[in-house]
Amino acid sequence: MQNNYDVIIIGAGAAGLTAGIYLSRAKVKTLILNEGAVGGQMVLTHEIANYPGVENISGYELARNMKSQAQKFGCKIRSNIKITDIQLTEEIKQVTINNKETFTSDAVIISTGGKSRTIGAIGEDKFKGLGISYCATCDGDFFQDKEIIVVGGGNSALEEAVSLTKYASKVTVVHQFDHFQAFEHYVEEARNNPKINFKMDSEIVEFSGNEKLNAVRIRNKISGDISEMNIDGVFILIGYVPNTEMLRGIIELNGNNEIKVDNNMATNIPGVYAAGDSIAKRFRQVTTAVADGTIAALSCAEYVHNNKKEPLEV
Amino acid sequence: MLQTNLTHVASLTEHTELLNNNENVMICCGRMGPMCIPVYESMEELENEYSNIKFADMEFDSPDAKVIRELPECRNFAGLPFVVYYKNGKVVKATSSIQSRDQITEILDEKFGK
Repeated sequence: MQNNYDVIIIGAGAAGLTAGIYLSRAKVKTLILNEGAVGGQMVLTHEIANYPGVENISGYELARNMKSQAQKFGCKIRSNIKITDIQLTEEIKQVTINNKETFTSDAVIISTGGKSRTIGAIGEDKFKGLGISYCATCDGDFFQDKEIIVVGGGNSALEEAVSLTKYASKVTVVHQFDHFQAFEHYVEEARNNPKINFKMDSEIVEFSGNEKLNAVRIRNKISGDISEMNIDGVFILIGYVPNTEMLRGIIELNGNNEIKVDNNMATNIPGVYAAGDSIAKRFRQVTTAVADGTIAALSCAEYVHNNKKEPLEV
Repeated sequence: MLQTNLTHVASLTEHTELLNNNENVMICCGRMGPMCIPVYESMEELENEYSNIKFADMEFDSPDAKVIRELPECRNFAGLPFVVYYKNGKVVKATSSIQSRDQITEILDEKFGK
């Protein structure tokens, strides 16, 4: 059957592509199904300078290289699809996509990664691209000499707040807690920047404007007071959430909706593995995703081999 | 030049020719950045499905990209890429920032038909 594979990998970020490379090179018939563009969170990084052996590369280029490497070994990749149904508990796994095509396999690796966390405040969808951005390096230059807000208190938020002062006349960091989660040197750099000020214990509850964003309503979480602030732009940099909605009730997740795995990247379902940013772990880097993908692929290849009793060429 | 497999529009003349020679046109004006790349990728795939539409890109920072940057429909845009849909040379839709393949498809079907 043409749509039958040894392994289906769901997600084509660093973890999924790495698993694709390992499995295809081992002659394991592999299909990667990916709901977005190939590369996942890697593509969101303009410059990667800490990937061992590669001094400097854009996230896009690294993703493209990984994709091409996987395809060279025979891995099939279908991107920009939508998964409409997934059956993981039976011996033969089954994944159906939006055009009604169904694929089956002996094993599945889930590497669905994460997506930018949104605030969920009123008006957020409406003003995306019209004042609200999730990518400081992409859209910073639209806010030359304008007043902006950066939402968040982690490394990305404070690093980008400093970076955005190259363009903006004033940057207000809005953070929901009374302290930052970022490394101390990012906090210090932000605090020492005269263009940056802070609204702690605060959250945006509404975005407003006509054709573009021009104000936000901010609630102080301690007092409950709501204030309005005129603003030209808001950068929302509050981390990522795992793409695991489709797995709820199917696979074991933790309280953060991250997939629980063991040391072999095995989930609670036989033949189902997970890797990358969608699993429960502390550090999320391209290198850790690559490591997860490798382990998942090797474990998965062993599972397929044991099921089929065919020679394994890993 | 943008690293895509789409038709590249590099000048005002090419932009004009593209609109003159094609009834339905979608141009993504961006950079090789994280919000733009997924849109190019969707367009590359959709190009095989919509033979009635010409798909193209244009480098946002090229001087001639003002033909898109300065469109009235884009005046409030503050997120890359700027995507403009033309029918018979007229703008029928413009979007700012990343769009999913489903969102693009919805616009294509609504404005141009399949």
